[in-house]
Amino acid sequence: MELEVVWFLVIAFLWLGYLFLEGFDFGVGMLLPVLGRDDTERRVMINTIGPVWDGNEVWIIVAGGATFAAFPAWYAGLFSAAYLPLLFVLLALIGRGVAFEYRGKVDSDRWRRAWDTVIVIGSTVPPIGIGFVIASTVLGLPLDADGNRVGSAFAAFRWDTLLGALAVTGFSLLHGAVFIALKTDGDIRRRARRLATAVLPVAILPVAAFALLVHVRHGSGWTYVPFAVTVAAALVAWWRIAAGREGQAFTALGVAIAGTVVTLFGALFPDVLPSTLDAANSLTVHNAASGDYTLTVMTWVAAFGTPAVLVYQGWTYWVFRKRIKTSHIPAPPSAQQVSS
Amino acid sequence: MIVEVLELARWQFGITTVYHFLMVPLTIGLAVLVAGMQTAWVRTGDERYLRMTKFWGKLLLVNFAMGVVTGIVQEFQFGMNWSEYSRFVGDVFGAPLAMEGLVAFFVESVFLGLWIFGWDRLPKRVHLACVWAFSLATVASAYFILAANSWMQHPVGVEFVDGKPTMNSIWAVLTNNTALAAIPHTVAGCFAVAAAFLVGIGSWRLWRRRREDDEHRAVWRSSVKLGAWTGVVAFVVLVVTGDFQGKLMFEQQPMKMAAAEALCHTEQPASFSIIAVGDVADADCESVKTLNVPAVLSYLANGDLSSEVKGVQQLIGEYQDEYGSHYPDDPALGELAGKPVDYVPNLPVTYWGFRIMIGFGALSMLVGVGALWLTRGGRIPDGRWFPRVALGSVALPYIANSAGWIFTEMGRQPFVVVPNPDPSGVDGVWMYTAAAVSRVSQGEVWLSLVSLTLVYAALAVVEIFLIAKYVRGGVESVMPARVASRLGAGGDGDEGGSGGGSGRGRGGQDAPDDTDDEPLSFAY
Ligand code: HDD
Ligand code: HEM
Ligand code: HEM
Repeated sequence: MELEVVWFLVIAFLWLGYLFLEGFDFGVGMLLPVLGRDDTERRVMINTIGPVWDGNEVWIIVAGGATFAAFPAWYAGLFSAAYLPLLFVLLALIGRGVAFEYRGKVDSDRWRRAWDTVIVIGSTVPPIGIGFVIASTVLGLPLDADGNRVGSAFAAFRWDTLLGALAVTGFSLLHGAVFIALKTDGDIRRRARRLATAVLPVAILPVAAFALLVHVRHGSGWTYVPFAVTVAAALVAWWRIAAGREGQAFTALGVAIAGTVVTLFGALFPDVLPSTLDAANSLTVHNAASGDYTLTVMTWVAAFGTPAVLVYQGWTYWVFRKRIKTSHIPAPPSAQQVSS
Repeated sequence: MIVEVLELARWQFGITTVYHFLMVPLTIGLAVLVAGMQTAWVRTGDERYLRMTKFWGKLLLVNFAMGVVTGIVQEFQFGMNWSEYSRFVGDVFGAPLAMEGLVAFFVESVFLGLWIFGWDRLPKRVHLACVWAFSLATVASAYFILAANSWMQHPVGVEFVDGKPTMNSIWAVLTNNTALAAIPHTVAGCFAVAAAFLVGIGSWRLWRRRREDDEHRAVWRSSVKLGAWTGVVAFVVLVVTGDFQGKLMFEQQPMKMAAAEALCHTEQPASFSIIAVGDVADADCESVKTLNVPAVLSYLANGDLSSEVKGVQQLIGEYQDEYGSHYPDDPALGELAGKPVDYVPNLPVTYWGFRIMIGFGALSMLVGVGALWLTRGGRIPDGRWFPRVALGSVALPYIANSAGWIFTEMGRQPFVVVPNPDPSGVDGVWMYTAAAVSRVSQGEVWLSLVSLTLVYAALAVVEIFLIAKYVRGGVESVMPARVASRLGAGGDGDEGGSGGGSGRGRGGQDAPDDTDDEPLSFAY
């Protein structure tokens, strides 16, 4: 296989990893005020992702870095053309990252409530922004022959990319609810399960609709298959979560998002960033890629690096596999503080 | 319009990287030192080292969060604001960046999570290995990003194909002599920051509780000593590597170094200016009086006392001959097309940047030496001025680092990728900063510049407030006395409580997934 194609697949895989992993992180953050009735419950929720969220976030850094290395023109074109959505993603991720770390560091309700707000906003804005960005790269942007955006700063905001934004947001919400059901115990677990069962059919709709839209507009002969997988897996997830089988539901949702990512990138190929103005301006795996030498080097790095990451990141989930419940939450550290 | 976008994008890069690099050095230096403290605890069982690990580790976490979130901005910024640059250099520049993510950031973030939450979940030695994995990964990330930065300062390992630099040797990129000089220098700068942090906070704590019989006195004494020695060694390394870097830069970027010395006219032998009175901004130097030491600059540049060092005026001519006196008449350059190129970097910034870097670094080391003197033979510094000076001096290496970077980065203007002057070097691989900026609207860059700056300013207040809170709280604030008293010379199985509270240590094995109600030893 040509290395450009390999790298197209690697990048699709990195986005899948990101959506799968940080999807539930975002969902947990969004549901904080919905499922967390008091401070202890909110801390239960935050601690389900406490040891892992930072590692999950690195997936987008690596997705960006890998795109830069393997397809510089794709990275440059997409990141500058989708400037505003990315800026909002950045601002939100900044707030969210420090909020997790700082929320418990002062023993005051106002302090905690303020950071909770930051977590909710910081977990809702990124999936929306990332949805716009992914939808833009799949559906195309108005690019000129140099790969630069023609037209206003709002070019990435359209009804069809909005559907993509809703898709990523809906998926994250759902995935977060199932994740909480999977990782907690007691009352909150039951509520998370109930919520997931109730919202699944609605929240998964934009995912299916967006995948279908992409398949209809750009799909090749086979992309209906992964699309069908998405729909089927979503139904399985619904069935399993209703039956209280959280692990199976979580896996099924993973399959659903995998089906969607395959549909999107399958339909996109061999383009990486189509131009909506003129097909001749579209960036493709061929005209956007780095040279063979660079791709060869990067292939070696990825061949050793990626499995290692999967192993030790997987190990973290194993170490922290225990369900968390309210009785596990220690008193706020600062409450016990002996001041000098 | 391109000029406005360019100015804004430069300001944004400057502000966001200087800010990122306030967090980064403390993280790198302190992470390694904390790993050392924990190792000392595991090996000796001395509880003092556990307390040191807990206290400094807590401050490390407060700081780390900010380093992470500001780092993501850096990564995205290349594509958002510098897309022409990214297109031009992506083939070579992207690789170290992607490696940094794949090799360093993943290890960093995953093992940090294991370290923070793993106190009672992991066997003692595995837990120790996690903090080492994390701290060595921070050094690895410095390595990769500095290799990327050094490539902009001195492009190697590429050939020019179809109007673009195309990598032909990753080895050359990763062993660029510029990088091999910059990496030890920068890492030593990171240790200088962590050292001053330990000395400043440690001395202040020692002094605060000097009259009481503070059970944690040993913690602070050891911290001050560790910091002071680290600071002295770091400074020696900085001087040695800095001298080496200077010699390289006289070869690779003579204009930057001439600017750093405000050396307007070629001299032989060249004298070194210690300090200047007057306006160094004037490239003719008519109005500047400087205090000079004869022949020293020849030594800095070439290692002897007699050689010639080229001045700014002569270099302007050479650069114009080599790279053109005017920007090309390319519409992509907007209003700058066909305008003359100014090859002289901002002289006051480079001149004073260089002096602030060296001077403030030296002052910081002196504080360390003072701390060693005042704590010799079990003494406690009890004058009221030293602890305050030491606390204030925490700022010194931060300023030195920022000044060094601002000098490095502004000294390479007007190039974003500086031409490699080596005759056997790579032809044609260079880029004007003006050509590197994205074709986006002014409004977009304004919005991101203003919003990021405001958010950063607000977060700086929060971070400093939290660090101050823990410093005031001392060891007790990270390790409640109740827990601490249960620790001590406990056997292997006693992992110790931690930040959270009453967590009981669990045995040396990977804990089974039991369903007990024992609180977590650490929770957000
Ligand atoms: C505490 C910090 C500190 C201290 C005391 C010093 N430096 Fe430094 N210096 C840095 C921190 C730093 C830095 C911030 O880390 C830089 C910026 C880029 C780099 O590679 O390191 C730097 C850059 C830098 C450069 C520019 C390299 C380039 O343009 O690529 C030179 C020539 C020197 N240094 C030389 C010195 C000398 C001769 C020193 C002492 C006698 C010295 N530095 C002390
Ligand atoms: C190590 C990785 C780094 C890379 C790859 C890098 C790259 C860049 C780039 C692309 C620009 C914009 C173009 C330009 O103005 O020339 C820039 C500007 C700048 N950078 Fe860096 N930088 C790095 C580290 C740093 C650090 C650590 C600092 C400060 C602490 C710093 C300070 C600045 C400043 C002040 C500017 C603005 C200079 C000007 O426009 O005059 N840089 N850098
Ligand atoms: C000399 C310059 C730099 C060094 C030594 C450095 C090093 C580091 C380190 C050690 C971290 C870990 C978190 C922390 O800071 O506490 C970090 C975070 C980060 N840095 Fe920098 N950095 C530099 C400049 C840059 C630049 C110019 C970029 C742009 C590509 C960048 C990208 C990042 C990213 C994306 C993160 C977040 C990683 C995470 O989530 O763990 N850094 N950097």
